[in-house]
Amino acid sequence: MLSKNVYIIGAGEAKYGELWDRSLRDIAVEAGLKAVEDAGIRTRDLGAIYMSNSLGGDISMQEHLSALMSDHAGIATEFIPSMRIEASTASGGAAIREGYLAIKSGEYDIVMVGGAEKMTELYGNENIDITSSILDREWEAFEGATPAALAALSARKYIKDFNIPKEILAKLSVNDHLNASLNENAHFRNKITVEQALKATMIAEPLNLMDCAPLSDGASSIILASEDYVRKNGVEGVKMLSSAMSQGPFALHSRECIYSVEPTKRAARKALEDAKTKPEDISFVEVHDSYNIYGLMALEDLGFAEKGKAGKLIEEGIGLNDKLPVNPSGGLKAKGFPYGATGVGQAVEAYLQLKGKANKRQIKNPTKAMIHNMAGSGVASVVHILGVE
Amino acid sequence: MGELSRMWRESPNRYRLLGKKCGNCGRKYFPAREICPVCHRDSIGKMSDFELSGNGEIFTYTIVHEAPPAFSRQKPYVLALIKLEDGPMITGQVVDVDPDEIEVGKKVRSVFRKIAQDGKSGIIFYGYKFTLA
Repeated sequence: MLSKNVYIIGAGEAKYGELWDRSLRDIAVEAGLKAVEDAGIRTRDLGAIYMSNSLGGDISMQEHLSALMSDHAGIATEFIPSMRIEASTASGGAAIREGYLAIKSGEYDIVMVGGAEKMTELYGNENIDITSSILDREWEAFEGATPAALAALSARKYIKDFNIPKEILAKLSVNDHLNASLNENAHFRNKITVEQALKATMIAEPLNLMDCAPLSDGASSIILASEDYVRKNGVEGVKMLSSAMSQGPFALHSRECIYSVEPTKRAARKALEDAKTKPEDISFVEVHDSYNIYGLMALEDLGFAEKGKAGKLIEEGIGLNDKLPVNPSGGLKAKGFPYGATGVGQAVEAYLQLKGKANKRQIKNPTKAMIHNMAGSGVASVVHILGVE
Repeated sequence: MGELSRMWRESPNRYRLLGKKCGNCGRKYFPAREICPVCHRDSIGKMSDFELSGNGEIFTYTIVHEAPPAFSRQKPYVLALIKLEDGPMITGQVVDVDPDEIEVGKKVRSVFRKIAQDGKSGIIFYGYKFTLA
């Protein structure tokens, strides 16, 4: 029977950071089991497992993470289906969407969506080569492009065309660090100032270290359930109001515009339509700010500001007590950026906030959350809108 | 890791800036594509080779300070999006120039250069870079 609605009924997370003493399987299992416990289910209740991971094959030389995680969480004895979902840095959002569709189809009542990535297993600048595999290897990375360099190409053009000071970008990083200081699972708990952010080591001009999200290890997991399950068991979950994904041209040089991400615009439009919601009804947003310039672009493409005007929105305030809190989790810059875990981590944050369980960083009475997970330089975007009555 | 066959396969495109032209709408593409993303099925069988002039201008650029191992010896280097006069946009390095002289809008032309080397004794990759015209 088709399930009219899909709910998040549990969430779990392993701390993000540089976890030298923990393996990919350790953190994936921790997040998964915490989510199962939080949801109050037994692992035998799971219909399927969707595991998001982007670079495990290259970094940890481990593929098929879904089966590894399932086995080491003691679930292999249930013989349930599991698979890894990969869509670059949007793997998490894509995995959530697969879980959502599976429940909506009526095939399963409960599924687990996990995400895990171990980014710090690499030495020196080897990581830049591996992370550049999310770009077009032959026609971008081959020429010396890196993820940061592509963000810098967009940033230079954006700053020039809209004549905005570099401080505006820094302010998004400052906001991320402030929120992450209240998140015990965040990679960075330190606050930073705009001055510090502007003086950091240069990575790809005009972007410096404080404009770029770090390489983090981390794992996040959520449990999704059908309307039927939630009704029968009297569970109060967070409702998934909509799920949308869009993918466009791969290489940055193939795009019509390098500071507007068409897949983000399309996914947001569809997600808002399906949720019968307007941007002004959104209580808070988690944007994919792997580079702060992408955060600004997302705020515009998602419909919260006109093109070139995200700076104004940021100046007006994006803190936890402002009209539109941005990245209450600490965002990719400060909560951390474990590629495959990131999108699922955004859902964990939305779940905690909407359930009133976000402790010190709790936003006052939020009703609707938008989460935005993007692949690479804007190849694809996944947008989910979640809500509570 | 299959580097050799990958490079060998694409050398005509890299060495001569060989792209494709759609016989239906006339748009030019680089890298080469077998289907025109505008004309879709109407372009089947109508895509022909097209050699780009290599002349263009800097659309946007960055100076890369943190580079992968194969590019470590070149850093800091200028990476740009070049709007070619034939139409396509292309990603490439701008070389033989002081980074301070780089500006959006400056005219450039393509040159044949060593791009990188696969480790100490690995194969050398050649391809296009750009210099000020």
